[in-house]
Amino acid sequence: MTNISFNKFYKKFNILSLFLIIISLLLLLFKGLNYGVDFKGGTLIEIRTGENSINISTIRDSFNQMNLGDVSVKKFGNETDFIVKFEKQNSNDPKFIENIKLKLSSSIGDVDFRRVENVGPKVSSELLKSGIIAITLSLAAMLIYIWVRFEWQFSLGAILAIFHDVIITLGIFSLFSLEINLSIVAAVLTIVGYSMNDTVVIFDRVRENLRKYSDVKIFELTNISINETLSRTIITSITTLLALLSIYLFGGEILKGFSLAMILGVVFGTYSSIYIANPILVLLRVSQRTIVKEEKDQ
Amino acid sequence: MLYFSKLRIISVVIFTLLFSYFALSNFFKFDDNIFNKNINLGLDLQGGSYLLLEVDNKPVVTQKIQSKILELKRYFKEKNLILKNFSINNDNIIFEVNSEDVNLVKEILDDDESEINPYFQQYKSHQFDFLEENNFFKLSFSRYGLVLLKNSSLDQAIEIVRRRVDEVGTNEPNILKRGNDRILVELPGLDNPERIKSLLGKTANLTFQFITQNSEESFGTEKLSFEDGTEEAIVSKRIILSGDNLVDAKPSMNSQTNETVVSFSLDRVGAKKFGKATSSGVGKRLAIILDGKIISAPSVREPIIGGSGQISGNFTFQSATDLALLLRSGALPAPLNIIEERTVGPDLGQDSIDAGILSLIIGFILVILFMIYKYKTFGFIANLALITNLFLLIGILTLFEATLTLPGIAGIILTVGMAVDANVLIFERIKEEIKNEKNPIIAFDSGYTKSRTTILDANITTLIAAFILFFMGSGPVKGFSVTLGVGILTTLFSVYFIARLLTSIYIIRNKNKEGII
Repeated sequence: MTNISFNKFYKKFNILSLFLIIISLLLLLFKGLNYGVDFKGGTLIEIRTGENSINISTIRDSFNQMNLGDVSVKKFGNETDFIVKFEKQNSNDPKFIENIKLKLSSSIGDVDFRRVENVGPKVSSELLKSGIIAITLSLAAMLIYIWVRFEWQFSLGAILAIFHDVIITLGIFSLFSLEINLSIVAAVLTIVGYSMNDTVVIFDRVRENLRKYSDVKIFELTNISINETLSRTIITSITTLLALLSIYLFGGEILKGFSLAMILGVVFGTYSSIYIANPILVLLRVSQRTIVKEEKDQ
Repeated sequence: MLYFSKLRIISVVIFTLLFSYFALSNFFKFDDNIFNKNINLGLDLQGGSYLLLEVDNKPVVTQKIQSKILELKRYFKEKNLILKNFSINNDNIIFEVNSEDVNLVKEILDDDESEINPYFQQYKSHQFDFLEENNFFKLSFSRYGLVLLKNSSLDQAIEIVRRRVDEVGTNEPNILKRGNDRILVELPGLDNPERIKSLLGKTANLTFQFITQNSEESFGTEKLSFEDGTEEAIVSKRIILSGDNLVDAKPSMNSQTNETVVSFSLDRVGAKKFGKATSSGVGKRLAIILDGKIISAPSVREPIIGGSGQISGNFTFQSATDLALLLRSGALPAPLNIIEERTVGPDLGQDSIDAGILSLIIGFILVILFMIYKYKTFGFIANLALITNLFLLIGILTLFEATLTLPGIAGIILTVGMAVDANVLIFERIKEEIKNEKNPIIAFDSGYTKSRTTILDANITTLIAAFILFFMGSGPVKGFSVTLGVGILTTLFSVYFIARLLTSIYIIRNKNKEGII
């Protein structure tokens, strides 16, 4: 078993986390998130061009001539693949996409539309709403579950750890203007589950040790528990990260944002189980009495 | 306890083999009829189109309000009650009643047996709500009256959509109701939905009305433009014949003009009406109107009494085919708007499958190598459990014919990464126990027991996330929640039955070995 003094750095890392959360919140507030067509509405077209010589600006120029509102063009994996997004969505004109394709073919040659997504304003606002509800609901469900299984001090620690992970992950997405779409919501929910999972393992050990030792202060006790579960924490994080890394590197462009969000989530989730969840227990002066009292009540 | 009964071992083996067989049947075409289920590929993997249509109920409500006025007039006339000063305001019907009749009218409208304002027992609501003030009645659809109206127009619309999609002949379309005004159309394998979109975008309301010079026509007149936008004409509002009377329509060639036309035949009632109108209207021009646009307006040369005819109008063979299809499938009760469309080309789908499988294989190998490096023999056992887990997961997805999407494949890979967690928790616990307990069998046993609640807690949290995603998510994301959720169940099975069985066999055989784990 390792014997690392994690608890010596509680304060320093808490300050760091607080700092990261504030920056993330500021980013979310002032820079905002880069919503994809799922949440903003509009049209997305994944294009494969016939020739290598065609670059982003040629494509942007030809789209700009079509009066489609704000157009953004990005490379997507291959040299010949691009993602084009624009505000206009006019799916009630059945020829809308066909006309774009015709115009594009005449200006840059043969193109293949590999994927078209066209989301109306009503649907996109509904999707955004249900995404927010899903995340809120999962946080509430976790809170309730852990409240039933542990004492309230533990629930608070676990929930703050989850908030920490979700906020910082979204902050990083805001900082680098990475796209937020439906799959990112799925990733965030998985992060919530993973972070909780990690915290619960350490908390279970803390509770067990609280029963075992009556004379050890919570400050020491959390450190013992972290060390006892450390090899498991590391091994599971590594295997999960190996799987996620494999998706990120080989799973194709569509899953890049999704797997990146989860990689960030796993890293922060592991960190927060140690440096957010545990210091909260110390701060709330959890002791053997906390759990004994609770057990008597039941 | 480490002891497993023979019965238990046999059932675990049978269960595992059975699901492995299910899983493998996706990849190898076993030549039998015992089990022919497959995992469905989502539209993002096999390519295809997803369309979400919304019924625009406004015209339906307006139409219903107008016909309700006629009904009210007729109904109360029979009862010798005088209703006057009818007007429509924001889909409210307003009329005036003589002051001595007010209570009677109220009674009729409020009666649970009312014919004119039906009462729906299951909703405890009338079709219309009403207010009365100074002898003026204001009728408006009740909440449930509106819901029922919307539902019935949705039911009709979905039927028509189904007919039109079927006629185009796409491969296994999926057409579903969504809420009370939406229709979801999934068209696997279709990478160019433009034709279907244009077919679904038309209401296909066909009418035959005479063109008139005389604006004093008793039915009233309206000015309509021709389909090609070149000219306008004044037509009588009297509808000679509508698309409802059509029994068949197909594209054909007019042998005299060598033009592509749509020929149609009428039912008996239609044929009678058409014959009568054309007999009296020889020399007049008869406009053929589709969705408010005149397709053509040929002159009637002679009475058409055979119950069949032709529509001409500069058709190409394709457009004649489509018009015939629309006429055969009937008119939509209300216009449909396409509010969401997602189309994936088949080669992108195939690329996604290839990338998904590649990353699954690589992720799997990395995890397996890491576990062997970390735990040696026990890593091997954990890996066997992991492989079984994968077979079970795919087997269950096959059994339920679940839909696998690209995020779903990511869910499987993630399961591979997270599934070892339970075994790691157990192995680490055993390592701790073995320090204080000389007897490895007891140490192993308490390792399993003491880690159990932690494992349950840890997995339930992920399961909660998967559940919420399943109920809130849509399309591809739903596929992720399915694989993630089922993955947790198969993980628990493989850990507690497969890995535990193998561990116990190993321990009993090597109980005297030093440093067993």
